[in-house]
Amino acid sequence: MSGIFDAAAWAKVWAYRGTFIKGFLTTLETALIGLVLALLLGILFGLMSTSGKKPLKIISRVYVEVVQNTPLLLQLCFLYYALAFSGNSPGIIVTGMISLGIYHGAYVSEVIRAGIEAIPKGQFEAAHSQGFNYPETMYYIILPQSIKLILPPLVNQMSNLIKNTSCLYIVGGSDLISLTYSFVTGATTGGAYAPAYIVSGVLFFIICFPLSTIASSWESSLKQRESRNAQQAKNAEG
Amino acid sequence: MDTLGASLSMLGNQGIIIYLLKGVAFTLLISVISVLAGLVWGSILALVRNYCVGGKGVGKVVRRILRFLATAYIEIFRNTPLLLWIFICLVFCPVPKYFSTHQIFGLTTANGSLLFRACIALILFTSSVIAEIVRGGLNGVAFGQFEAAHSQGFNTVQTMWYIILPQAYRNIIPTLLSQVITTIKDSSYLANVAVIELMARTRQMMNSAYMYNGTGTVNVSDVFVMFGAAAVIYFIINFTLSCVVRTMQKRQKKRPAVAVNADT
Repeated sequence: MSGIFDAAAWAKVWAYRGTFIKGFLTTLETALIGLVLALLLGILFGLMSTSGKKPLKIISRVYVEVVQNTPLLLQLCFLYYALAFSGNSPGIIVTGMISLGIYHGAYVSEVIRAGIEAIPKGQFEAAHSQGFNYPETMYYIILPQSIKLILPPLVNQMSNLIKNTSCLYIVGGSDLISLTYSFVTGATTGGAYAPAYIVSGVLFFIICFPLSTIASSWESSLKQRESRNAQQAKNAEG
Repeated sequence: MDTLGASLSMLGNQGIIIYLLKGVAFTLLISVISVLAGLVWGSILALVRNYCVGGKGVGKVVRRILRFLATAYIEIFRNTPLLLWIFICLVFCPVPKYFSTHQIFGLTTANGSLLFRACIALILFTSSVIAEIVRGGLNGVAFGQFEAAHSQGFNTVQTMWYIILPQAYRNIIPTLLSQVITTIKDSSYLANVAVIELMARTRQMMNSAYMYNGTGTVNVSDVFVMFGAAAVIYFIINFTLSCVVRTMQKRQKKRPAVAVNADT
């Protein structure tokens, strides 16, 4: 671990702190817009897969399976090179946002589908018999019940999305990982490996750790409440 | 449209196909090694994080420290990107001498040691995820099993080895298989540092397509053909695995919880 206690190396990282801040902000910006896109796609395809209409279901299934079974890196390269070689590249960051959005959209779609499918069918039928139309049923009846199932995994996806911005490196992005790497290998700035990697890791950790901790403790408390309810229902029966 | 024909002709080139298939073999090799090694290391982490409690005096302090270390390891690796660890291993991971003197799997010695370093990074990263999966499996084993084992005179290690771990592993097989899918996808991050596995080889073929497609330039159609072929390969492997996972999960749901120990 050369350089970890080297004051000069740490000083170098401190002198170039702007690089890390810039990379961090780019990562957050990419992740944020990617998240918005993922939510839009996820809600659209999640609703399509629970709509009960065969063609919509098939479209949504194909999207989810294709995206979930190929690497994000491949999708990003595909999109980036296809756009670049056809002469209308929107820039690396925008390409990254789009491919992150598409990739995580598939996962969000599955989360939403699972959340909606967990609601008993009787709820839909009851709402329908009371004269609710589809948007009303979703908004007043289904969503309030499924939101607690949807949110914890969604928060987990946010943490994954932030980590996955590192895929931008392969096409030469300016996110945190890429800037860190060009910092440690740069001609004038190079050498300070350990401090630079530590700083970069810590920056990721302080964003992702709270998110994943919230998600997992939320999930386990929901599970506990559920099993308690089930136990109570059993006791009441017996 | 003739550029598309030129691009497609690359897939008829036997050399290119063999080159890509070697990449597939490396992708599978890397993923399987990472998951297996990650399972061993991850199980240790999970056991320490779950059961290193209690004790008296010095033992209590030691157990607490071990538990803290395991927890810290899992959380740190789970919350930082894989690429960071690949870069770190590229610089700091020691490589056995064997790799700098022997060519493995027909790779150059430089690529061989890169493969070793990247595999270590992937194992370190994957083990943190697998540790959480194993922990989920351990938590799913009823507490009565511990009590029963102790009452039969098993000590802690025996209880774990003969009673708890077999049940835990059996319950998490589908989740572990889907972790193989994730690892196959994650192994594509190696393309950032070395040309060994499928993703890197595809990208290299794409970049040098002008030498093979007969048009002298790299066209958009090359992008579609090369990355499309890679996508199809990844899809076939992963989709097959995910179908297996789904069948197993369905069967597991049908099986009542007590059946876990009914047939042993």
